[in-house]
Amino acid sequence: MTRDEIFAKVVEIVKPFVKNEDALAAVTDDTNILEDLKVNSARLVDIILNFEDEFDIEVEDEDADAVNTVGDAVALILEKLS
Amino acid sequence: MADRAFARWKDGGVMGADTALARLSPDEVLELLPQQEPFRFVDEILEVDEEHIVARYRFRPEADFYRGHFPGDPITPGVILLESLAQVGVVALGIYIYALRYGRDGVKTRIALFTDANIDFSGIVKPGERVTVTARKTFFRRNKLRSEASMALEDGTVVCAGTISGFGVER
Repeated sequence: MTRDEIFAKVVEIVKPFVKNEDALAAVTDDTNILEDLKVNSARLVDIILNFEDEFDIEVEDEDADAVNTVGDAVALILEKLS
Repeated sequence: MADRAFARWKDGGVMGADTALARLSPDEVLELLPQQEPFRFVDEILEVDEEHIVARYRFRPEADFYRGHFPGDPITPGVILLESLAQVGVVALGIYIYALRYGRDGVKTRIALFTDANIDFSGIVKPGERVTVTARKTFFRRNKLRSEASMALEDGTVVCAGTISGFGVER
């Protein structure tokens, strides 16, 4: 899977929890999931679980702690897949 | 405030050496349930373990909300049914799971906040009826508990069912 494909899937997974559609329309690696996309932080667990299911990976809580931006999520998934 | 608390992903819990992990009995769980009259919708817990919980409640005919919902035709509001599902399937089950990890004292310093729910309502509950609520854990991660919960009347008719979730935060 290419980085672009992972990025697209991450955006798709995050999308149902996004409260700021404008920020999603302009999403980049630097887009912050909580602050820019206004995702409810209690939903981060749901998003991580969906990453696990979608990419067939396991994300430790410590790894998940480092995810702030969409780019962080893509980097984490790339690392887990490699 | 709450959202900031949610943002602290890490367990607030300190797994100190003196943290006595506790396997609570159904009665102990009920005793630790923070919701009280007139907003407690659990009478007894029949079964509880790390995976599931079964509890009962009889809706009091004298409850104030029946006066308005609806005058002359009282039925239990759906939000109250949902609250009962949450008190059993998120709060009470959460107390049991928390006590396993953080001990009794760990339970007392935390409170469960409702985060999300997706419930279908398929029946009504009249004043005085007794219901059984059953919930099964979907996941417990990062202090978030999600359950599949359902409520049935005494004849077994399911009145509502779906997923409910909550998040444990420090008081």
